[in-house]
Amino acid sequence: MVRGPFQAALPRARCAGFLVVENVRQTYDGFEALHDVSLAVAPGEILCLLGASGCGKTTLLRLAAGVEVPSGGRILLDGVEVAGPTNFVPPEKRGVGLVFQDYALFPHMTVLENVMFGLRHLPHAQARELAMRGLARVALDHYADSYPQLLSGGEQQRVALARALAPRPSVILMDEPFSNLDQRLRESIREETMNLLREEGISAVVVTHDPEEAMHIADRIALMHKGEIVQTGTAEDLYFCPESLFAARFFCDLNELDAQAQGGEVITPLGTFAAPHIADGPCVVCIRPQALLFDTDRGGIEGTITARRFLGRVDRLRVNVPGIEQELHARLRDARAFRPGQVVRLAVDARDVLVFPQRDHDKGKAGA
Amino acid sequence: MTSLRNISARFANGTAGLPAVSLLVAALVAAPVISLALLAAKGSGDLWPHLAAYVLPQAISDTLLLLMGTGVLVIVIGTGAAWLVTAYDFPGRKIFQWALLLPLAMPTYIIAYAYLDLLHPIGPVQTALRAALGLSSPRDLILPDIRSMGGCILLFGFVLYPYVYFSTRAMFVMQMANLVEVGRTLGAGSMGIFLRVALPLARPAIAVGTSLALMDALNDIGASEFLGVRTMTVSIYSTWVNRSNLPGAAQIALIMLALVIALILIERFARRRQSYAGSAQRARRLVPERLRGVKALGAWLACALPIFIGFVAPALYLFVEALARLRFAGLSSSLLTQIGNTVLISALATFVSLALGLVLAFTARMMRNAVTDVILRVASLGYALPGTVLAIGLLGPLALMDDAIASVSELLTGRTTGLVMSASGVALIYAYVARFLTISTGNVESGLSRLSLSLDHAARTLGESAGGVSRRIHLPLISPALASAALLVFVDCMKELPATLLLRPLNFETLATHLYGEAARGTYEDGSIAALAIVLFGLLPMILLARTSRAPKKAGLDMPQREGIAHG
Repeated sequence: MVRGPFQAALPRARCAGFLVVENVRQTYDGFEALHDVSLAVAPGEILCLLGASGCGKTTLLRLAAGVEVPSGGRILLDGVEVAGPTNFVPPEKRGVGLVFQDYALFPHMTVLENVMFGLRHLPHAQARELAMRGLARVALDHYADSYPQLLSGGEQQRVALARALAPRPSVILMDEPFSNLDQRLRESIREETMNLLREEGISAVVVTHDPEEAMHIADRIALMHKGEIVQTGTAEDLYFCPESLFAARFFCDLNELDAQAQGGEVITPLGTFAAPHIADGPCVVCIRPQALLFDTDRGGIEGTITARRFLGRVDRLRVNVPGIEQELHARLRDARAFRPGQVVRLAVDARDVLVFPQRDHDKGKAGA
Repeated sequence: MTSLRNISARFANGTAGLPAVSLLVAALVAAPVISLALLAAKGSGDLWPHLAAYVLPQAISDTLLLLMGTGVLVIVIGTGAAWLVTAYDFPGRKIFQWALLLPLAMPTYIIAYAYLDLLHPIGPVQTALRAALGLSSPRDLILPDIRSMGGCILLFGFVLYPYVYFSTRAMFVMQMANLVEVGRTLGAGSMGIFLRVALPLARPAIAVGTSLALMDALNDIGASEFLGVRTMTVSIYSTWVNRSNLPGAAQIALIMLALVIALILIERFARRRQSYAGSAQRARRLVPERLRGVKALGAWLACALPIFIGFVAPALYLFVEALARLRFAGLSSSLLTQIGNTVLISALATFVSLALGLVLAFTARMMRNAVTDVILRVASLGYALPGTVLAIGLLGPLALMDDAIASVSELLTGRTTGLVMSASGVALIYAYVARFLTISTGNVESGLSRLSLSLDHAARTLGESAGGVSRRIHLPLISPALASAALLVFVDCMKELPATLLLRPLNFETLATHLYGEAARGTYEDGSIAALAIVLFGLLPMILLARTSRAPKKAGLDMPQREGIAHG
């Protein structure tokens, strides 16, 4: 794709990019980091690649940026193949912006020189003016002549963003961009950054390991596991309709009970739940902590509280229910009245119960 | 396949020639080893029975004895001194911390040269002793002769221990604090801590330091010859130069190469668990224990003695002698020529080493894979080759090149050329570069490794080509590493003796070969001035070493550089 002449006066004239990843594989010395991954990012969309460390999300990002060459598959940017079996467009010709966890600011250049780095094709004065404007957008123009090491983490992150945006990339790729910031700062910087990206109407792919962060920023989330995308969808899709036990676990702590499905329902000591798509046989019933209701009037199940921990907004309770091996976790507000040892009557909100076929091989977080 | 190559070429655009040059460099470094094997395979004819019966047994046993004795001594002195200045506080500790490195500025052949004179029956030490004891004739006072295996081991130990001191101290300083404190709370006394915690943990560092020291000992030609120890290096030299039997020398050299490989394998084995020690968490400095009274004096003496023997006494002697010589005869013109020769040839070799080191390190950074790994490893082989072994190995490749140049010249001009490579000093530069390339590659690589790869990737996505990234990002950021590499290589070239002796053009003298010549002839004219000059240059890297070992390591940039940038 050839972008038109640079239109400095019209910040919104950038055309948002359309990124497509087709059956991409990546192998390192026999280890398959990515296994047949396909993905599409619509123009102007903000997509989060979410997953635990080592799941391949950063690899996918680096392949899109062109700093790695894929072992197989194709990557298209605005309909043009930038990586494929016979073709490879090097990163400097792709027109993508990249923001790193460590920001990667050039330590031997001033903040302004950093932002001007990608504007070499322009006359110096014009590049400078554009870079200054970019810095002003992130409210750092007064630091133009400072060296990046003198800036705080949040400021460095904003410089990195301004630098990546300055050459007007069609897609911006961000690798854990907020994880080096402390929590309070993280939320405000995240907010600012996302507002800026939306104003610019730029397509973005953001890598994160934090499901909450993904829900905060993404239009769509692609959940990755062991080199594959296991589910793509909005935050609501992934939270309410996870397609696998893995996806369900990733977004929520669960009480997992082994049970038997029969005729589209499962019977547990906590009640009978619908399991319309589950074949008869062993299955796993997942109950979110907030599904347990401590309501002495409605509740029919007897349980004993074994522990309570005050966590601010909610309290966390542990409950022993006869017939269930493990302790159940529950979350509720205003639980100060409950005491360990106290016998309560429980009800379960069926909207917060999920049923999956017998657990897969990864038993890792069972009963979490 | 073509498409794949196409793709990687496009990925690394602007740097496509790098791997080819790297491969060539590796081939040039490997050439002497291959050539040596070929030469040795020719056989030395009638000389071999003689070599096998009379030369080799003594050469091997002397070499092994020397290595073992030196090894024990450098470990004891190096580790002991490192532990003293790390774990204890006593008057002078701060000075000892860097001063203990000083003997490294003193090449083995210079310390031998100095002590031969110092301890000569009519030299200053014995004369003073006799005066103190009221004896009149040198015959009345019989001291053990420094010209012996024991003397050689002693001198080597006191001049080579800084290798062990440097590597173990770094280990003690950076990784011991928590472990030592835990050990104390578990009831171990300071000796117990040293023996049960510090020493086992420092084993990898001791192995590295000791192997460096022994490589140096193995490489030595001057000291062992002056002191009458017939090591393999000395045997190679005499077989080649005195008996003119090159294949015989090559056979000894090949056996010596086996010894070097054994040494490297032993080192690998001794530090096989290095990852354990390397993975200690955040570094915290050990709070030293304050010593008083007799203990403080003991520690002071234990640190002062190696510095005195290994540096202060010989340096002071050289200084006094050089001054006397300068007063008496001034600076001779031949010495000036030699200084010029030394600086010129070292500077050229340094320049080539840096350029090739950059190529190798950039290749490794941009396309790290199994092939470039092998290339890099082969290219760094030279450091393990003792100078004499390298020199013999180079003869074959050099002759081939001379032949090639001659036939090309004959083809073009109708005239043949002589031994261009050997006569012009190119041979010497080749040897220096092959031997010291590791230093420049290693420095550039470690400089580059401190630059996060994300810098490269950021620059690439901002529109810079791979070559442009090297120019605009890497080079400015690694210039301090380049400078220190230049200094280290330059000084090593200046000090180099064995390969220089064997490969220099006719009538071409450097400071080192001049000193060797005088010592071998038993004349003492400008020798002390040449020696002092080498020692003074040798002090420069010491300063660098002392500075880097003291300054706290910062992520990204070194402090001095960062300040330089901020003010510039």
